[in-house]
Amino acid sequence: MTKKTAAEVIVDIVQQQGVEYIFGLPGGAAIPIFDALVDSPVQLVLTRHEQGAVHMADGFARATGKPGVALVTSGPGATNTITGLLTALMDSIPLVVICGQQTTWNLGLDAFQEADVSGISFPVVKHSYLIKDPQDVPRILREAFHICQTGRPGPVLVDVPKDVSSALIEPEFEEDYHLPGYSVPSDGDPQAVEYAARLLERARRPLLLVGHGAVISGAEKAVIHLAEKLQIPVTNTLLGKGCFPETHPLSLGMLGMHGTAYANKAVAACDLIMSIGSRWDDRITGKTDVFCKDAVKIHIDIDPSEFNKTVQMDCTILGDARRVVEALNAVTSRGDTREWLKQVEKWRRQYPLKYKKGGRLRAEHVMEEIHQQTGGKAFITTDVGQHQMWAAQYMRTDHRFRWITSGGAGTMGFGFPAAIGAQFAHPDATVVTVVGDGGFQMTQAELATAVIHKLPIKILVINNRYLGMVRQWQSLFYDNRLSGVDMIGNPNFVKLAESYGAKGLRIKRSADVKRIIRTAVEYNDGPCLIDVEVEKEDNVYPMIPSGATYDQMIIEAPKLKLGQTAPKLEKPVGST
Amino acid sequence: MATTLSSNGTSTNGTGTRPYRKHTLSLLVNNKPGVLIRIALVFARRAYNIDSLVVSPSKDPSFSVMNIVASGDEKVLDQILKQLNKLVDVLHASDRTGQDIIQRELALFKLHCEQDVRSDVLQLAHAMNCEIVEVSEHATILQMTGDTERLDSAHRVFEKYGVEEMIRTGKVLMARGQEITS
Repeated sequence: MTKKTAAEVIVDIVQQQGVEYIFGLPGGAAIPIFDALVDSPVQLVLTRHEQGAVHMADGFARATGKPGVALVTSGPGATNTITGLLTALMDSIPLVVICGQQTTWNLGLDAFQEADVSGISFPVVKHSYLIKDPQDVPRILREAFHICQTGRPGPVLVDVPKDVSSALIEPEFEEDYHLPGYSVPSDGDPQAVEYAARLLERARRPLLLVGHGAVISGAEKAVIHLAEKLQIPVTNTLLGKGCFPETHPLSLGMLGMHGTAYANKAVAACDLIMSIGSRWDDRITGKTDVFCKDAVKIHIDIDPSEFNKTVQMDCTILGDARRVVEALNAVTSRGDTREWLKQVEKWRRQYPLKYKKGGRLRAEHVMEEIHQQTGGKAFITTDVGQHQMWAAQYMRTDHRFRWITSGGAGTMGFGFPAAIGAQFAHPDATVVTVVGDGGFQMTQAELATAVIHKLPIKILVINNRYLGMVRQWQSLFYDNRLSGVDMIGNPNFVKLAESYGAKGLRIKRSADVKRIIRTAVEYNDGPCLIDVEVEKEDNVYPMIPSGATYDQMIIEAPKLKLGQTAPKLEKPVGST
Repeated sequence: MATTLSSNGTSTNGTGTRPYRKHTLSLLVNNKPGVLIRIALVFARRAYNIDSLVVSPSKDPSFSVMNIVASGDEKVLDQILKQLNKLVDVLHASDRTGQDIIQRELALFKLHCEQDVRSDVLQLAHAMNCEIVEVSEHATILQMTGDTERLDSAHRVFEKYGVEEMIRTGKVLMARGQEITS
């Protein structure tokens, strides 16, 4: 067999894995790999910043369930990926991030653009490699793809010194993985499944909690079957959106800090709660020692380190969410939940999500409108903050992979590049990114990337000229002493978009929402940014202050008479 | 975190509020660069102190055996073990605390003995099965192997004669009978 450079072998393996796009930015140490891309059918998407590249790969992965790939250079190129790696790790996203590196003989000598990248990466990856022997390249690349997408997915970093990528090697593809410390759980223990089935049947007020693990494993059908067969209401986490349709009569939508009041009422009152691939995150549990104190707790997860991590369980089932729920479906039958469903419906009518439509422009109004005009089928991506919570509440998700948001890491600047990745994955679909004016400015340079590729992404900049969620906290818990939240100095977003060659629109009045959104939805020649100048001081409700209990939920904004100031709330004791 | 050893083998954390138990962990890991850092990071992230650590080659040169003694909260340790097992380079990590397992460590004691007490010390050393490594005008160096308790008690005995320096290897473990340790 003719020899190839290790860089060519890397690109060949990437292609064999079915990867169509690599998102990246070159530099000296990565030139051999970029060179190999010239002759490869794998397309390079040049980004403006490495953070953008990793978020694009991440958006691609979330929109398809397949691994996303980013390629960057050594030193600062690689360190710029760290935020993206954390974002992917926290949300279990399959990524392979390939970094150029100084030559092997310069490692540790402070050579130009040298950094201990694999060392820096340890806390933010599922696994990482520094390749020192070119002969290891085929095996390591294949291992990286295997590890990133099996079990609980996560990012894998591969650091490739320049002399390694330039070396000529036998393109040996048949060698097996060498991963004696890595195993992937699959079917749940039948005894545990039986036990869970009996607990479910016995419960009178059961609740299913659907998380990202259910989405990743493709458990939609199994979960719908379980909920319908047993007549159990379903709530989902922020990342669980898209597994169980939020328009389904049994769906209560999102729970937790900014979840629907009726979902949270159900959490507080249930006598059994079963998590399907949700890790009982602090946004959900609040005060952990009293969370669902008297309810039976069941946890299905593929990662055993999530069991009893924050809340003590009564029953744990290790395995793939889809397979475990299918096994449950086969052995469980319906208990009596009629009274419970009636109660839940009562809460749903009593505490609906609501905002004032008409009058001053509300973010929720614009989101609902674009969601309606796209038939609820658009791929939605978001950043983190108020806009994210409103989008989660009002843009109800019915389909897998259509909801893409930075949950665990809460990364500002994620939404827009993630939308670029999603649009590459689904060129004919409508992709909407909902971002705040603060977060958008962190990765807005990728407007160039979107324009070059004529990606018809709708960019909704929810512009309240504040870092709104922090302002909300300062207003509610810190005597309205605003500190570091005023976005004075924002650019004119319409002109900014136009200067990149994108279309720019602006909405200032509720009366214009329908018309301008229609213009944006119908525009398909490239990205369209809509500067949505919303009411400056709206807060997100319902809200359970962090570290508080479900009884302490604030369902809606306090109604104040003219000149009256809101009562100061106690500072939350929870994390953030 | 500084820990102080008490006679019953438990120690207290820096604030002295909660008694922490010492745990003896046994790991089988890939023999590769960077593995030790990944393992140490799991402990560091939960602010868990490593008291002693022994890394040595296993029978198969592609794997290493690690024996770690660490003190801290039980629930946190349970989480740490799960996190360790999750590492791709860790084949197996388990808590061997309280199990009937062979435990050995080695200690060297350097005593500054004046002539009038030297014979007492050498007699004690003999009685305690210590190897006498060096006897010179200004120093007597003794070597002892055994389990932690035996070495602790020797330390207390020698302390009366003034221990100038002490070094201990940390624990190594082996399962009894036919069972393979890791």
